[in-house]
Amino acid sequence: MSYVEVKGVAKAYGKRTIIENINVSVAKGQFISIVGASGCGKSTFLRLLLAQELPTHGEIHIDGAPMAQEPGRDHGIVFQRYSVFPHMTVIDNLVAAIAFDTNFWGRLSRARRTEERTKARKTLDRIGLGHVAGQYPADLSGGMLQRLAIAQALASDPKILLLDEPFGALDPGTKIVMHDFLQELRDETGMTVFMITHDLEEAFKLGDRVWAFDKPVWDEEDPEKNAATITYDFDARDDGIPFQTLRERTNVLQAR
Amino acid sequence: MRWINRRPGPVLATVLAALPFLAVLGIYMIGSEMRLAVNPSDKLLPAPTTILSTAERLLTEPDRRSGEILFWLDTWASLRRLLIGVLIASSLALVMGILIGMLPYMRAPFAPFVAVFSMVPPLAVLPILFIMLGLGEVSKVALIVIGIAPFLIRDMSQRVIDLPREQFIKAQTLGASSMAIGLNVILPQVLPRLIGAVRLSLGPAWLFLIAAEAIAADQGLGYRIFLVRRYLAMDVILTYVVWITLLAYLLDFALRQISKRAFPWDGESL
Ligand SMILES: Nc1ncnc2c1ncn2[C@@H]1O[C@H](COP(=O)(O)OP(=O)(O)O)[C@@H](O)[C@H]1O
Ligand SMILES: [Mg+2]
Repeated sequence: MSYVEVKGVAKAYGKRTIIENINVSVAKGQFISIVGASGCGKSTFLRLLLAQELPTHGEIHIDGAPMAQEPGRDHGIVFQRYSVFPHMTVIDNLVAAIAFDTNFWGRLSRARRTEERTKARKTLDRIGLGHVAGQYPADLSGGMLQRLAIAQALASDPKILLLDEPFGALDPGTKIVMHDFLQELRDETGMTVFMITHDLEEAFKLGDRVWAFDKPVWDEEDPEKNAATITYDFDARDDGIPFQTLRERTNVLQAR
Repeated sequence: MRWINRRPGPVLATVLAALPFLAVLGIYMIGSEMRLAVNPSDKLLPAPTTILSTAERLLTEPDRRSGEILFWLDTWASLRRLLIGVLIASSLALVMGILIGMLPYMRAPFAPFVAVFSMVPPLAVLPILFIMLGLGEVSKVALIVIGIAPFLIRDMSQRVIDLPREQFIKAQTLGASSMAIGLNVILPQVLPRLIGAVRLSLGPAWLFLIAAEAIAADQGLGYRIFLVRRYLAMDVILTYVVWITLLAYLLDFALRQISKRAFPWDGESL
């Protein structure tokens, strides 16, 4: 039943523990929104899910596999910026998702490339980027860039999709269009998604669950002292507030 | 309107660009005329017409002994040394720079070594090169390589480190091996940076070439300048200096054009 299993995870940099005591399990196809104050460790948690860094304590398992030691094709990632390759045209950014994995050199044969370009062309037409297929990312608007980044991440057919403030730099109108885009893709693929956002409305609109990262105990003297954890786990399926129900025990109740 | 917001039109911009050249030429002509008025056989600032006729003689008349036109022989000898040296140095920089920039296991041993090695004054090791490699072509090319490679390697590795980490992560999530990342993500993005760095190191490369030629050579632009210095042949020296400057500028220009054509995704550069 549980697809992503996070058990007793903590991450410290040197002496400073950023997050600790994280125990969650996520079913396949769930959309998790992650909210919380800046600097409380949301991106750190995402890096652990991505296996870009390893937890100081605890374990993370995806689909029952042993814990990943480095990022791989199980993980799809979209950052707020720098997610696509600036030196590749839009269409080649998509083809890269296939090419990079084919062999040691990350190169396709000429025939294979033509074939993959034809496929990529169809994907681009479908997501409304067909007309810029031959252009470079620098020529694209912010919304188009993120659209491409999401399509690229999904093109390698990952097990989980990680989004770190993907729409944080977009204007409100574009954001709404991107929500529709993401929801459509999700309905199609049944992808398990983790998305960090600063926009609560967005978190509840898109997510099945909304996790709030916070410090259960604040130190007056030294705000950096205590570690953060998931303090609330909201059920957001019925559009969230005011309909949400608390889904699991909260860590606040057991704070020291 | 503020001066930071005022721009010259295309015609004025051309005139402004030509102005410093014309000024230098003008000052030279005045100086030359004044000296020649006092002493018509003065050799220090030959009249522009003298330089032109000397240049014409140098470019067209074959040497009496060898029957070859020395000017072109010198040009070819120097250009060959320069291009081979720059080519070796930049290939070395590309490979070493990428490896040092992307692999911690290469950075640990080589980054400090290159940093220290780059502080060795190249001209100070020139005698060592002459002793070890002889007075032929190899030592001259070696001086150019030793002179510019450390800078190029350090610049390249820094460029790799400066690439956004996000791209490395992204490539890994798409299943790329280290080799695939080096080849498809890093290499194409540092190539335009390499061309930029090579353009900057062309100046030093010429310096090392001319220094090596001045000390031990039997042909080459630097050799000729230092040879005719003994006869105070300013007209010959000036012709060669202008020619070297022109060659260096053309090389720089060609590299910039190549960079523009080959990397259309890359931003503008000077
Ligand atoms: N590599 C690192 N080394 C040391 N401290 C780090 C490192 N990465 C992040 N931090 C610290 O961890 C805290 C949480 O960072 P982050 O996860 O980026 O926060 P968020 O994404 O919630 O804004 C920050 O205070 C940051 O300074
Ligand atoms: Mg963050």
